[in-house]
Amino acid sequence: MQALGIDVLFKGTNLFRLLQGLWVSIEISLISVVISIVLGLIVGILMTIDRPFLRIILKIYLEVVRIMPQMVLLFIVYFGTTRVFGWDLSAEFSAIFVFSFWGTAEMGDLVRGAIKTIPKIQFESSLALGFNTVQTFVVIIIPQTIRRLIPLAINLITRMIKTTSLVMMIGNVEVLKVAQQIIEANRNTSPNAAFGVFAFVFFLYFIICWPISRLSIYLEKRWA
Amino acid sequence: MKKSLFKKVTSLLMATALLAVSLTACKTSNSTSKADDKVYRTVDEIKESGVINIGVFSDKSPFGYVDENGNYAGYDVYFANQIAKDLGVEVNFVSTEAANRIEYLQTGKVDIILANFTVTDERKEEVDFSLPYMNVSLGVVSPSNAVVESLDDLGKNDQVIVISGTTAETYLTKNYPNIKLQKYDSYAAAKTAFENKNGVAWANDNTEVIAFSLENEGYTVGIPSLGDADTIAPAVTKGNESLLNWLNEETVSLAAKNFFHEDYEATLKDTYGEDYEDTLVVESTSLTNN
Repeated sequence: MQALGIDVLFKGTNLFRLLQGLWVSIEISLISVVISIVLGLIVGILMTIDRPFLRIILKIYLEVVRIMPQMVLLFIVYFGTTRVFGWDLSAEFSAIFVFSFWGTAEMGDLVRGAIKTIPKIQFESSLALGFNTVQTFVVIIIPQTIRRLIPLAINLITRMIKTTSLVMMIGNVEVLKVAQQIIEANRNTSPNAAFGVFAFVFFLYFIICWPISRLSIYLEKRWA
Repeated sequence: MKKSLFKKVTSLLMATALLAVSLTACKTSNSTSKADDKVYRTVDEIKESGVINIGVFSDKSPFGYVDENGNYAGYDVYFANQIAKDLGVEVNFVSTEAANRIEYLQTGKVDIILANFTVTDERKEEVDFSLPYMNVSLGVVSPSNAVVESLDDLGKNDQVIVISGTTAETYLTKNYPNIKLQKYDSYAAAKTAFENKNGVAWANDNTEVIAFSLENEGYTVGIPSLGDADTIAPAVTKGNESLLNWLNEETVSLAAKNFFHEDYEATLKDTYGEDYEDTLVVESTSLTNN
């Protein structure tokens, strides 16, 4: 296994550090995913409401997220807020903020899309049966929306988990950064370490993302 | 269909315009707020807090990297630890990337950057460099049986290998316009071409060619330093006179004890060997040589 560089994983505390790095990635992505799902549902519903002013605001929000690379957002939140307002936000907070900001917008748009596919008659029947608007959404529309949302949301979630590798740019040492550190530290002794270490990182991402994708298949079947 | 596309395009343009407006707003407020409050910490403030934040590379062996026990190590880190010891404070290492080193200093998120930071005129506009502790220049490596010791000795048809976009390419094009260059896009391609004897010599950063000649048998660095030598120095936030002066004095007093040779022997010798110690190490002896 020397040639593939698997052995460097077991040197010193390397394996433990990789798992620590993985925890940083998971922590940032999971907190952001939870925030994005909750806020995304709200934003998505607001997007379907027919108020021109609200629409313009949300449209701008969505376009900002679409246009700006996540890396730029990270720099603006982490370094920009210090320059402009003098706030000293921690790197973790900045990362969670940016990922939630991004996730909420995309999730919101997915929710909006899913609500649009629900036939209008559902709204009208619900109102005719005496439900008010809030009840209509909570009891009738959202449960149907969620079922349609699952495959779309899973794509977003796994994408968010993988994009956490960008947080190294603001000094968060996550799993991919640890991998690079290990490869470089062993540059002379095992030049092929890159293969083994990146293969292991691939495996780590896989065991995080795979259960999520299995869960989505299960939920789709169960709620179908 | 047409109408909705038109709508989309207009909303997109509107969003961009608004974004641009908000960004310019950011910029102007940025320049005004900069004047009245300082972002950096003075030596006294650092001592009072008991911790100094130093930005280093965590994946550039042997200058700044993390060893297998999770501790920072390398030439830059060795110096950083000494700085913290002499200030009497703990050191907090921040993992930086080449692209965010200046940003970290300008926002005061680190006190010092010690990340293989080459002194250039453009960078001097943005940050303050203290005295140098290392040299970098170009080097030329060639096969041991036909060592190129001076670029003037090259024959008419001899070609020199360079990597596109590097300082080696710029330097040779400007100063030796008659030498034929073979340009490759990546390190790996240049290395293969050189090993296949496509060119008589390979010009690159001297640290790179030295490491290459030591890792591969049958190659000698005929020209270990070519052209203007650049220096590597610690950098602090622009205007942080207190820390800058302290660092300058620290560097001079350490140089008097040959500290940087000791640092080289502890960290770089394994990669670059003994022969290049005096080529690479700078011991700044006077406060005014920057």
